[in-house]
Amino acid sequence: MSVKILYFSWLREKVGKSEEIVDLPANVGTVADVMAWLRARGPEYEEAFARPRVVRAALDQVHVQPTASLQGACEIAFFPPVTGG
Amino acid sequence: MSVRVQREDFDIGAETRALTAARSDIGAVVTFTGVVRAGGAGASLASMTLEHYPGMTEKELERVEQEATVRWPLQATLIIHRVGTLRPGDNIVLVVTASAHRGDAFAAAEFLMDYLKTRAPFWKSEIAADGTKRWVESRESDDQAAERWSRDAPK
Repeated sequence: MSVKILYFSWLREKVGKSEEIVDLPANVGTVADVMAWLRARGPEYEEAFARPRVVRAALDQVHVQPTASLQGACEIAFFPPVTGG
Repeated sequence: MSVRVQREDFDIGAETRALTAARSDIGAVVTFTGVVRAGGAGASLASMTLEHYPGMTEKELERVEQEATVRWPLQATLIIHRVGTLRPGDNIVLVVTASAHRGDAFAAAEFLMDYLKTRAPFWKSEIAADGTKRWVESRESDDQAAERWSRDAPK
């Protein structure tokens, strides 16, 4: 499945890019699966996702938990806890 | 009801007048303005840069605003959040709520800020006076401030 992945804040800095299109294997079914799959892609991903519990995610621009199923989402975003306001 | 994400500053008086113009059903207007602080303990702040998630930010602010209008009888609301590089003393965020009575306007303004701080996809980085950069970390007190609204029965 081809999806767009976005990275924000220090995740963008560690990964070294703000977005990319990736082909996810069929066995990657949840947000947590995507993080585990990304971690195996290289040292920059390994470092960005070293503490998955502090990484937040959105599917098609809606906040989700790591257990959320991808359900055909087109856009997955990873970011630290938000600090606006 | 409207939300805006912009680089430019905002004029609190002009925004409030625009919101209440030609209406006679508003008895209370509450405005909250968030401003860049120079810093507390530690190195003083030279500048702060806000990045966001274009598209999701607007949707999330609209969801937060919608939630407020379900909880309180509001005649009008406005959220403006700035992005880009800001300096101490600069405005960051404006929340305006208008209602028939002050209780609803005060409560809704506080709710909007508490929810915005934990849900809207903005991230702050700071450059200290000595040139070092750091990402601002989220505060547990902000999560607690937002959580109390889910415990409260709506209105």
